[in-house]
Amino acid sequence: MLVTTLILGLVLGGTYALLALGLTLQYGISRIMNLAYGEFTLVSAFALVALFKGAGVPPLLAIVLIAPLGYAVGWILYAVMMRPLVARAGDAGRLDVASILATFGLMFLIQGGLLVTFGADFTSITYLDQGVNVLGVPVALNRLIAFAICVVAGGGLVLALGRTRWGLALRAVAQTPGSAPLVGIDVNRVARQGFALGTALAAIAGASIAMHQTFSATDGVVFTMKALVIVIMGGVGNVAGTLIAGLALGLVETFVATAIDPGLTLAATFAIFLVVLLWRPQGLFGRR
Amino acid sequence: MKIALSLAALVALALAPFGVSDYGLGLLIGAVTYVTLASGWAVFSGHTRYVSLATVAFYGTGAYTVAVLNEAMPYWLVLIVAGLIGAAIALVVGLSTLRLAGVYFVIFTFGLSELVRQLITWYEVNVTGTLGRYIFLDVSAREIYWQMLALGAATIALTAWIQRHRLGLALRVIGDDEVVAAHSGIPLARTKLTAFVLSATILTLAGAIASPRWVYVEPSIVFNPTVSFLTVIMALLGGANRLWGPVLGAVPLFLAFEWLSARFPDTYPIFLGLLFILVVFALPDGILAGLERLKTRKTEDRA
Repeated sequence: MLVTTLILGLVLGGTYALLALGLTLQYGISRIMNLAYGEFTLVSAFALVALFKGAGVPPLLAIVLIAPLGYAVGWILYAVMMRPLVARAGDAGRLDVASILATFGLMFLIQGGLLVTFGADFTSITYLDQGVNVLGVPVALNRLIAFAICVVAGGGLVLALGRTRWGLALRAVAQTPGSAPLVGIDVNRVARQGFALGTALAAIAGASIAMHQTFSATDGVVFTMKALVIVIMGGVGNVAGTLIAGLALGLVETFVATAIDPGLTLAATFAIFLVVLLWRPQGLFGRR
Repeated sequence: MKIALSLAALVALALAPFGVSDYGLGLLIGAVTYVTLASGWAVFSGHTRYVSLATVAFYGTGAYTVAVLNEAMPYWLVLIVAGLIGAAIALVVGLSTLRLAGVYFVIFTFGLSELVRQLITWYEVNVTGTLGRYIFLDVSAREIYWQMLALGAATIALTAWIQRHRLGLALRVIGDDEVVAAHSGIPLARTKLTAFVLSATILTLAGAIASPRWVYVEPSIVFNPTVSFLTVIMALLGGANRLWGPVLGAVPLFLAFEWLSARFPDTYPIFLGLLFILVVFALPDGILAGLERLKTRKTEDRA
């Protein structure tokens, strides 16, 4: 029983961690609080379903196609929509408010577009859903693949940010955007890269969610909120913290659903979130 | 002169229900409700730049209080209790969150609305065993309209008074720069808390007054997050830090959304989104500030 909860929780948490990675990059590096993040993942999820059902593209190949597309979309969005806000805002507080309001508009826009195109019904596909035995617990293969994608993407990101020169520039902008230009870093370019990379990760997360989960055009807000909870728990911009917080959230939700009441999982998420915000707004692993 | 004009407008609005159809009265109630919500929201968020998305948490709490208590007490007492509950929640929430930086406050308030909705849904399903509640109150649409109009007028009068008072000045300094505010001896927490509680009480009362219109109440109806978003966009469109800004934003937007949601129910969120983006990019300080800029530019051109 306990082992079942643990394994299912970790697998669910892997999806959550993957979901939150892009948001932590977007807010940590580009300083854009993107409330349309969940809608980005949904667009990618619908794209995967459309590719699979319409053109017969295998989902794993579809992810490889969708991810660079996500990067391009994020790049353009930052250049067209976010950059003017950054230039106008001046200080961080004003940029927060402006980006929240602008991405709110974007959220409604995408959600409306999805509702018109795909309708309000729940969508899902059947793909690799045979059970695999993990330590005596049957887990669907597609969930394990999603977990593996999370491990690869998260691990790769930790290495890239920690070990490469490019990662160093990204971290410099995340830490002190004011001083980064002094050492020859083009802050605008790095922020655009961060935002685009975040969008690509959102696309990967959305596509892997579509492989194993039922979703509808109005689910974006829930995805955004879960990603936000994890980002703030892990500390903004902290990739390793985000991975741990995502796994922790998956464990807590599975535990609440099995031991207390499945109707309370979302309430538990928000409760944890509020407690973390009050107790450690810099994140569980963050430093002030 | 301005006060006389406002009073004349108030009297005209109070007499309006005698001259309109039932549908017209419904529109009037909706418009006045959103004017009240946007103005009430601006009491706290207008100057401080703390964008609160908890509007619907208070609004829904007000409506739910009436739904739960309407058979147990007289109506006026229910309203008072609703206002007190709203103020109490705001006090607790404010004490714990107003030290948070802006962006965390926004997310917190949004999470709060969802948390309240989830908890009430869970409680109703598992403890009381019913999801919906009925409100059978002998309150006519006209009476609702007058009560809401009175609340809206009181909110605007309160805003006018605050703006001339120390509290308004303190809120404005906090909105400009909190460090400066702290150094000039403004008690940050107390000032923010006062404005937040005032604002929340108004929002809760608005929900309580509007609730008999629904007859049937359930969490997904009264805690609809769109109310929070609409309130924010209305106040911002007009100019959240101006006395008449929220009114100027709420009336045309309410009418536009009524028309859009009846005519294009499917594409309605797209319009809402576009409008949001347009306001943020084209009118970041609201219509009133935009008009003033236009005016000063004209006088400069003449000189």
